[in-house]
Amino acid sequence: MNLRLVRDRAARRGFQALTVLCCVLVLPILGGLAIRSGPVLKTQPLWRVLFSSDWSPTQGQFGLLPFLAGTVYVTLLAMLIAVPVSLLTAIFLSEYASRRVCRCVLPLVDVLSGIPSVIYGVWGTLLIVPAVSALAGLGGSYSSGYCLLSGALVLSVMVCPFIIHVAREVLAAVPRGVREASLSLGAGKWQTVKRVVLRRAFPGIVAAVVLGLSRAFGETIAVLMVVGNVPVVPRSLFDPAYPLPALLANNYGEMMSVPLYDSALLFAALALLVMVVAFNLAAKAVLGLARSEAA
Amino acid sequence: MNGTHLQVRNLSVWYGDRRVLRDVTLDIPDRRITAIIGPSGCGKTTLLKCLNRLLETGEDVRVQGQVLVDGEDIYAPRVEVTHIRRKMGLLSQKPQVLPMSIYENVAYGPRIHGERRRRELDRIVEHYLKVASLWDEVRDRLHGPAASLSIGQQQRLCLARGLAVGPEIILGDEPTSALDPRASQNVEQRLGELKRDYTIILVTHILRQARRIADHVIFLYLGEVIEHGPLKEVFGNPRHDLTRRYVEGEIS
Ligand SMILES: Nc1ncnc2c1ncn2[C@@H]1O[C@H](COP(=O)(O)OP(=O)(O)OP(=O)(O)O)[C@@H](O)[C@H]1O
Ligand SMILES: [Mg+2]
Repeated sequence: MNLRLVRDRAARRGFQALTVLCCVLVLPILGGLAIRSGPVLKTQPLWRVLFSSDWSPTQGQFGLLPFLAGTVYVTLLAMLIAVPVSLLTAIFLSEYASRRVCRCVLPLVDVLSGIPSVIYGVWGTLLIVPAVSALAGLGGSYSSGYCLLSGALVLSVMVCPFIIHVAREVLAAVPRGVREASLSLGAGKWQTVKRVVLRRAFPGIVAAVVLGLSRAFGETIAVLMVVGNVPVVPRSLFDPAYPLPALLANNYGEMMSVPLYDSALLFAALALLVMVVAFNLAAKAVLGLARSEAA
Repeated sequence: MNGTHLQVRNLSVWYGDRRVLRDVTLDIPDRRITAIIGPSGCGKTTLLKCLNRLLETGEDVRVQGQVLVDGEDIYAPRVEVTHIRRKMGLLSQKPQVLPMSIYENVAYGPRIHGERRRRELDRIVEHYLKVASLWDEVRDRLHGPAASLSIGQQQRLCLARGLAVGPEIILGDEPTSALDPRASQNVEQRLGELKRDYTIILVTHILRQARRIADHVIFLYLGEVIEHGPLKEVFGNPRHDLTRRYVEGEIS
C-alpha cells in the first residue's frame, strides 16, 4: 500500500481516537457523580430532592429546589439584560461605527472578557449591591442589595463581552456583496441590516448567545459574592438567591460529618452538569434548525 | 437639458491618497449596451460603483465631480440616495442572492418600496422571472432557498430581482465571469433583449464579449478614459495608439 494512504488512514484514526477520548471523558465525571450521589437518593425519592424547597441538612432534608430556581433565575435574568445590549452593540460596531471607533472599542471589549471573575465580584459588591439596595429603597421595600438582581446584573456584564465579540465577528463575516445587492435595490441601511445582514448572520448570532449562556450557567465566584446565598426560592428581584455553583463552592469540603451531606452536594453537582449538557444539546438543535432555515 | 439618462462630469476618485479615476466625463447613451473595457485594476469596478453611489459605503474614499441621473447630481449634498439606486439594477461579478427564498428574492425590492398586495407581488415575481428566463426552471420551487440554485440560475435570479424594482439602467460588473459558457450565453442573450427597454452598462474584460453585444465602448486605462465611442469605431478604427494595442491584445 502507498505510504500516503497509510498516513491518511493513521491521521484519521488518530483524530477519531482523540474525539472519542474527549467524549468519553464526560462519562467518568457523570458516572462518578451519579455513584456518589446514590446514598441520598436511597433515603428520599428523586422528585423530593429536586422539587422540595426544604434544605436542612442536619435534619436530613435535602430539597434542591431553591438552588435550581436560583440558577435558572439568575442566568435567565442575566441573559435577558445581556442579549439585547450585546446584540445592539455588535450591530453598531459592525454596521455603523467608523473604523476608528472600532479600533478603540474592540480591544476594550476583549480586555473586559479577560478580567478575572473575582474582580467582577468585588466591583459588584462595591457598586452594584449598594445601588440595588438604594433602588429597592426607592421602591419602598428594604433589601440588603445582596439579591437576585445584583447577581443578574454582574453576570450580564460578564457575558456581554463574549456575546459582543462573537456576534460582531459573525456580522462582519456577512459578505459585502450581499449588503450591496440590497442597497442597490433601493433598501435603506437599517432595512438592509434588519432584513438581510441579520438574517444571514442568524445562526451565528444564536451560537453567540448560546456561548454566553453556557458561560453564565457555570459562573460561580462573582455571582456568589453578590447574590446573597440564602436557600429559599426567590419571590422578587430583591430577594436573595442561591445558585447551584455557589452552593458547591461554599460548602463542599465543610460540614462533611453531617450524614449524606456530601452525597447531596454531589447530586447537586450532577444536576448542574445535566442542566448544562441538556441545555447545550437543546441549543445545538435550535442552531441546526436556524441553519437550515437561513440557507 | 436634452442629455442622456446618465452623465458623468469630471469624476475623480481617490482611495486614500491614490487617485484611481481621473477626470472622467462621459455621456452614457440610452437604450444601448455600453461596455467598459480596460486592463485589470484600471478602475472599471470603481467607475461602475460610482454610478449608483455604492462607493461611499467604504471609508477613506473621496469622490469629486458629478454623476447626473436624469439631470440630478447624485453626489450633491442632501440627495436621497435610495430613490436613485432604485433606478439602477446591479449585477455583480459573483451572483449575490439574498438569504431567503427564490420568491422572496424577487419580491424583496417591491416590498421595500411598499408593495403589500399579495396578488401584485405574485404577478411581479412571475413576470420578472419570465423576463430573466428562469420561470420554467423554478416555478415548482419558488419557496425553496435561493442559495440552492446553480450559479448561472442565481445570476438570472439577480437580474430578475434587479428588474423588479423598475429601474431604467442596468449595471453589470463582469456578470458572466463566474458562469460557464452556456450560462454566460444565456445572460448575454437576456441583456441583448433588455436593451430595448433599458440602458445597460457592462464591465467586461472579455473583448469578444464586448464585440458580441456592445453598441458603445469605453476604454479605461489607469483611471483615465482613453477613448469612447461606438463599437465599430473603437474596435475597428481606434484613434488612440493605446486603444489599438489593447484591442489587438498587445497589452492586457
Ligand atoms: N476599497 C479599496 N481601497 C483601496 N484601493 C482600492 C479599493 N478598491 C479598489 N482599489 C484599487 O483601485 C484600483 C481600481 O480598482 P477597480 O476594482 O476599480 O479595478 P477594476 O478595473 O475593476 O479591476 P478588475 O478588472 O481586476 O476587476 C485598483 O488599483 C485597486 O487596487
Ligand atoms: Mg473589477
